[in-house]
Amino acid sequence: MTITETPQGTRRLTTSKAMVEAIDQEMARDESVFYMGEDVGAYGGIFSSTTGLLDKYGPGRIIDTPISETGFIGLGIGAAVEGMRPIVELMFADFMGVCLDQIYNHMAKIHFESGGNVTVPMVLTTAVGGGYSDGAQHSQCLWGTFAHLPGMKVVVPSNPADAKGLMTSAIRDDNPVVYLFHKGVMGLPWMAKNRRSTDEVPEGEHVVPIGEAKVVRPGSDVTVVTLSLSVHHSLDVADKLAEDGVDTEVIDLRSLVPLDRDTVLESVRKTGRLVVVDEDYLSYGVSGEIVATVAETDPGMLRAPAQRVAVPDVPIPYAHDLEYTVLPRQDRIERAIRAVL
Amino acid sequence: MTTQAPSSSSSGAASPGQSMEPQARLDLYRTMVLCRTYEEAILREYHADKGPGFDIGKGLIPGEMHLSAGQEPVAAGVCAHLTADDAITAAHRPHHLAIAHGVDLRAMTAEIFGRVDGLGKGRGGHMHLFDPATHFSCSGIVAEGFPAALGQAFAFRRRKTDRVAVAVAGEGAANAGAFHEALNLAALWALPVVFVVEDNDWGISVPRDLSTAVDSNAVRATAYGIPGERVEDNDVDAVHEAARPMVARARAGEGPSLLEVHTLRLWGHFEGDAQGYRPDREKVHEDDPIPIYEKRLRDAGVLDDELVQQAAADATTKVEDAIEFAKASAVPDPSTATDYVFA
Repeated sequence: MTITETPQGTRRLTTSKAMVEAIDQEMARDESVFYMGEDVGAYGGIFSSTTGLLDKYGPGRIIDTPISETGFIGLGIGAAVEGMRPIVELMFADFMGVCLDQIYNHMAKIHFESGGNVTVPMVLTTAVGGGYSDGAQHSQCLWGTFAHLPGMKVVVPSNPADAKGLMTSAIRDDNPVVYLFHKGVMGLPWMAKNRRSTDEVPEGEHVVPIGEAKVVRPGSDVTVVTLSLSVHHSLDVADKLAEDGVDTEVIDLRSLVPLDRDTVLESVRKTGRLVVVDEDYLSYGVSGEIVATVAETDPGMLRAPAQRVAVPDVPIPYAHDLEYTVLPRQDRIERAIRAVL
Repeated sequence: MTTQAPSSSSSGAASPGQSMEPQARLDLYRTMVLCRTYEEAILREYHADKGPGFDIGKGLIPGEMHLSAGQEPVAAGVCAHLTADDAITAAHRPHHLAIAHGVDLRAMTAEIFGRVDGLGKGRGGHMHLFDPATHFSCSGIVAEGFPAALGQAFAFRRRKTDRVAVAVAGEGAANAGAFHEALNLAALWALPVVFVVEDNDWGISVPRDLSTAVDSNAVRATAYGIPGERVEDNDVDAVHEAARPMVARARAGEGPSLLEVHTLRLWGHFEGDAQGYRPDREKVHEDDPIPIYEKRLRDAGVLDDELVQQAAADATTKVEDAIEFAKASAVPDPSTATDYVFA
């Protein structure tokens, strides 16, 4: 199970508040934790990733940076090498292009290149996802790109409790962890949100281990493997199909590195039918990795060809109707499930 | 914030070494001799088994090899002001800086040979040397080693120490974005960093006047409101003198500085580089900084035949011991090829 510590109780929080609560608790517990990024101070994070933390911890630990991602991500790496536990925010994952060298050639490789003698206990937080007409440079998920490059753990919470539990784990991990939060699950008041973006969150210490997927809806007819906002769309579809007597199992991957292949295989072995829903690009990504995992293990466990619902290999369009055509929304997910039945 | 006009020293000025203790100058000389002896030994071992012809991936030391002969004054002059508690980030040509900063020669050499007793257990290689004991690291990506030094400096200050971080790269790095982002952030937050640019005139085959819009990278310090100085001669006394106030300023919590040294790439960009593009290649040895310094110290009565021989012998003993150690170390077991991706 995901809760490793007995919580004192729960309350309903948005995903962003749950994430901030984990950061707050870890900053109170460990002096070496600090948070750095653009507009994370007085603004509280463009997507409310640091709301209220500046007042509590001051500008020495909640640090507004210039628009200088190579500089401040590299700073985080150097501080982590010296034993601090930085949390560094890249405002949008789409901005990885201006600082990717620091991320994949330095943050992710130093431990390996040092033969294990140097650790980089750093969290790189970044906002992902579209659905609100922010165009091709502010709407990508790109988690498959991070996950493809060795040396960084990659977590993608879809709900408030996991956002808290995975953040706690990420901060305590001795490896670099990329923590991708979808704008559409944060529960922001200024963006359409799924009803599940506010939910029960354990009080006190809450740890969700990195590398464990979760069966968020058990079912026997078909397996939907997904992550992030697409979990909610998939659950919506599963509820609808239940009325037609289709029993859908939905797996929230939660972590991409390491990937919990066992949970996927166990489910597909049971249902014999697989749909992968991924808001990242279709080719060379998470959806292909999941299908390959099944194919490499025992393609015979599939009773119908697998279906992938992802962004066809096109930049995210601006116009609403175009964007919603390429995103993995409920209509496309339902069609894919019906196709494998 | 201290703002100071960039300045430069030249051989026309009074020799900066005259005010130094003889022992300090002798130490600088010995450090440079050790660096050079090391590079000569790596050169010998590197080329020992590359034939027939030249196969870069062959031999006991495979891969690209960027040796630092000629750039010893930078390493010796700057590192003399540091202790093992201070950090250095170096670039793809890192050996002289590692040696001058006190990285263990045996572990460093074993890494260059790709052996299990190496700094990275054979995972890093000569461009990726990481030594937690001396806070030494390097990066093979030009200019991208600068930002990590900011983080080390940040951590040192947070812990209320007077430790400093030194970030070193070639003049080619000063045209890259990471350099400028690092200078701005370090200046903005007054971080205890000393930036050092080793201007060896060449970015592989491209001369600096075809790559750089200004005659001195030290003037770029002005853009960030920090002190900048260019040492025009490849003179270890002058480097030592110029670095002193910069390290002191960082230790005092007053912020970063930028030092450029007009140094010399005595050999090719990497081994195997025929340097056909280089008009000075026939007479470059005339500018070798070590014989020049040796003569100066002899003239000043600091060095004599005995001390010169002793420095050479000491260096040879240390270097050959490290080479022997490396060769005796085991090659990594192929079954461990995927180890150390995660802690």
